[in-house]
Amino acid sequence: MSTAIVELKSVGKSFLSADGSPRKVLDEVDFTLREREIVALLGQSGSGKSTLLRIMAGLVEADRGHVHYRGQPLYGPARGISMVFQSFALFPWLTVQQNIEIGLEARGVSAEERASRAEKAIELIGLSGFEGALPRELSGGMRQRVGIARALVVEPDVLLMDEAFSALDVLTGERLRDDILELWEDSKMPTRAILVVSHNIEEAVLMADRVLIFASDPGRVKFQMTINLPRPRDVNSPEVRALIDEVYAVMTAGRVRAGKVADEPERLRLDERLPEADISRMEGLLERLLEEPFHGRADLPYLGEETELSDEELLPVAEALALLDFAHLAGGDLSITALGQRYVAAEYPARQALFAEQLLARVPLAAHIRHSLLQEPSGELPAAPFLDLLRESLDAEEAKRVLDVAIEWGRHGETYAYNYNTGMIQLPESGDGA
Amino acid sequence: MDPRTENSQRSRSFTFFPRQVVEAGGNRWDWALLPLVLAVLVVLAYGARQMATPYQVGTALPLSLEVTELPYYLLRTTLRMFMALGASLLFSVVFAVLATRYRAMEKVLIPFLDILQSIPILGFLSITVTGFIALFPGNLLGVECAAIFAIFTSQAWNMAFSLYQSLKTVPAELQEASRVFQMSGWQRFWRLDLPFAMPALLWNMMMSMSGGWFFVVASEAISVSNQSIKLPGIGSYIALAIEHKDLAAIGWAVGAMLVGVLMYDQLFFRPLLAWADKFRFEEIGGGEEQTSWLLTWLRRTERLQGVAVLFTRALDRSIALFRRQHDGTSIRSRNVEPSATLTRAWDAILAALVLFAVWRLGSFIHSEVGWAEVGHVFLLGFYTLIRVLVLIGLAALIWVPVGIWVGMNPRISSRIQAVAQFLAAFPANLLFPMVVIGIVHFHLNVDVWLSPLMIFGTQWYVLFNVIAGASTVPTELRYAARNLGLKGSLKWRRYLLPAVFPSFVTGAITASGGSWNASIVSEYVSWGDHTLVAHGIGSYIAQMTAVGDFPRIALGIGVMCVYVMTLNHMVWRRLYRLSEDRMHF
Repeated sequence: MSTAIVELKSVGKSFLSADGSPRKVLDEVDFTLREREIVALLGQSGSGKSTLLRIMAGLVEADRGHVHYRGQPLYGPARGISMVFQSFALFPWLTVQQNIEIGLEARGVSAEERASRAEKAIELIGLSGFEGALPRELSGGMRQRVGIARALVVEPDVLLMDEAFSALDVLTGERLRDDILELWEDSKMPTRAILVVSHNIEEAVLMADRVLIFASDPGRVKFQMTINLPRPRDVNSPEVRALIDEVYAVMTAGRVRAGKVADEPERLRLDERLPEADISRMEGLLERLLEEPFHGRADLPYLGEETELSDEELLPVAEALALLDFAHLAGGDLSITALGQRYVAAEYPARQALFAEQLLARVPLAAHIRHSLLQEPSGELPAAPFLDLLRESLDAEEAKRVLDVAIEWGRHGETYAYNYNTGMIQLPESGDGA
Repeated sequence: MDPRTENSQRSRSFTFFPRQVVEAGGNRWDWALLPLVLAVLVVLAYGARQMATPYQVGTALPLSLEVTELPYYLLRTTLRMFMALGASLLFSVVFAVLATRYRAMEKVLIPFLDILQSIPILGFLSITVTGFIALFPGNLLGVECAAIFAIFTSQAWNMAFSLYQSLKTVPAELQEASRVFQMSGWQRFWRLDLPFAMPALLWNMMMSMSGGWFFVVASEAISVSNQSIKLPGIGSYIALAIEHKDLAAIGWAVGAMLVGVLMYDQLFFRPLLAWADKFRFEEIGGGEEQTSWLLTWLRRTERLQGVAVLFTRALDRSIALFRRQHDGTSIRSRNVEPSATLTRAWDAILAALVLFAVWRLGSFIHSEVGWAEVGHVFLLGFYTLIRVLVLIGLAALIWVPVGIWVGMNPRISSRIQAVAQFLAAFPANLLFPMVVIGIVHFHLNVDVWLSPLMIFGTQWYVLFNVIAGASTVPTELRYAARNLGLKGSLKWRRYLLPAVFPSFVTGAITASGGSWNASIVSEYVSWGDHTLVAHGIGSYIAQMTAVGDFPRIALGIGVMCVYVMTLNHMVWRRLYRLSEDRMHF
């Protein structure tokens, strides 16, 4: 086994949430980044993978556990660790060349040496001719090239990439990714290890020697997968496809409780995290599922490609459909249920009624809200007590998010409505929305 | 070497004035600009020397109403204002850096500035002037310093707050990048913080300059130990003209001021704004590009730019010098949490200080002024409060529809905005004499007719902001409104008013703050031997300042402070939060 560069031992991190209660983002995470490897971190948003990356960058301090870089404890950003940012983080008032030189300038490197090293990086990353341009004159892809050149010019030992391609369009992102892999394979960069945080399952599988999947609440490593295929890898090769499917299966398995998928799904808890899925997307996906070429059953990666939804968008929608029993989710496949078919076939009012029925039957929070409202003579209640209830087990932001989802779904089913101005949840006008 | 890289390297060393025209030769632009530069230098040097002439308290400074003296007075006044601006800039930087980098300092500095900016420090002028005179015995510099300090107090606070706000809102990823790439505090300030804050800071500097004119009259005519010193300047000239009831002289002074405003706008602010254009953060176009003939000219010169290059070099050298010596693996990077006891002790000390101050204030008021007077002053404050609210309401009635109309017609809006900016820079107190003449002539009610003066100078902020707000209404929403045939009250209630509400609130906050300050000048106005006094806290402070009654000045200022802060917290901040929450695009 090659030497460790960055080592994390039982690292934990909590943030204070808005209401002042600590929220555990990472718990007991062990991780080692070794020489000559690319590691990808996957996980749904809020699973702490970005925080883990920032702990390794020295930007965030761990509350518990140890972080070592080359055997030394890490208290802040180390010279040997460089980073590429999701939103590029270029200084808009500096030219491309000045942006690339910034890390060298901060180290007090002389102007001549800076220029020659920047020139090399510019050539390497394909920015020749743009030295004098300001970032605002460049396209997103070119900006991220500047971000990468800036990170590489300081000859980092470790390169951290925080969703470096997610702000770019698919084609540009793939180009840039391939360029980086080429530099890596040809050992054209001095970097000894790369850590990639990503939302994109395919990207992770194509790049990494190891893929780590994070589970949330609190963030911890749920699954680890070693990939020994040589790079460059072909997305359409059966080995790669199988790996991608496997990752999808793992990522969706934790959401709808494993093993129970085919049977009657387990009833949710009242304070269950509801997936952040928007109604029109749910309907769209259901309709799509029935069409060519899926005929009611689809492989998630393929479905994502066809609907042009990113993994981050697709997975919550699939999960929500499974939760409401409009579809089954198993082994990385999504298949429509009889109920789902009825829903698609129905007209608008009937769809609403069906949705409301499922909502009340399957989502205890919605049922509880409706039940409480029915007992009020005025038919309305403030949202605050429900929020307080959720806060007992969730942190403030998460509680608000869950209630928002419950409200949006309730509105769609005409189960109850919410008045933003008064902060009151109320029964719909007609009184028998369900 | 590739010619392109050579070119890029050359332009790189000219960080602050990139050369646009790369033609070699003796450069006629240098020669053309040289006289201008030399003239400005000579005039500045002359003005500065006059500030430090020997002077004994008691002797009267020569001052005349001759028109020929006006350019000299203009020079002296402008010089004072720029010195105050420089001091304000320094203060802002120190303040903002301390407040953003040290949590403990932030706890003290922010409330402190909040109080300071609601205090009309003008009242303290007669107290501070003795200290300044003692600093430079036998020299005019002491009195000059007092005047500059008074102008400083009208300029510094909004600049300091703007810089603090900017430093607080530097995008998180840029902060992270600066840390990952090992930038030291010094490097970060010059490469990230200051550039990011630059556009907002410049706009606030311009606003401060305009605000400064308002107090020039009061700050140049200083009364100390029962005699009034009139420093040579436009303000004293106007004060003298008012004493002599010389309307023509007032007209000349206004003219001179307009020339002054125009000159520093063209020679100083325009070039700076045009230069600072590259620091605009928003990446999509938006906002008009500033242009300046002087900057274009400067960028074409060769020798004169050398001066800028010297500055850049010095900065680069300092950036190489003040770098971080250790990285995150050194024990020196270990973040030691400030111990809870220490933090609590600091809080306790602050609380004790505040309590002590309150107690001293209470006993002071009790022994010096009496509580009945306090009630009286609160009543006066209430009158002024009503004035401020009514006037803001009136200004809204007039300027909101105008602003919406202008903002939605892009062709006129740019032109009108330039005019409005100029009007805001114009010191409204120069028009006061006309109003006094009018009121005396028609025997009007002083309490009513003096009121509009309060908002004269500050109403423009409402107009600006509404124009800006109306011009950002999304085009599609405008089409939708037209397509739906929105009309009459429905159109106003559901579309136009909510659309400009946030920007109106921003403007009204500035206008309200300015009006309180202006009340000191506008509730107590004189013209020759006529002195008109309206009932209100502003006139109370002005009267007490005139007789030099320190306890009552302090009381008046304290009460006004209470009103301003209560109004800010109870009304404006809430409206602001409301607009942030649900009325933005």
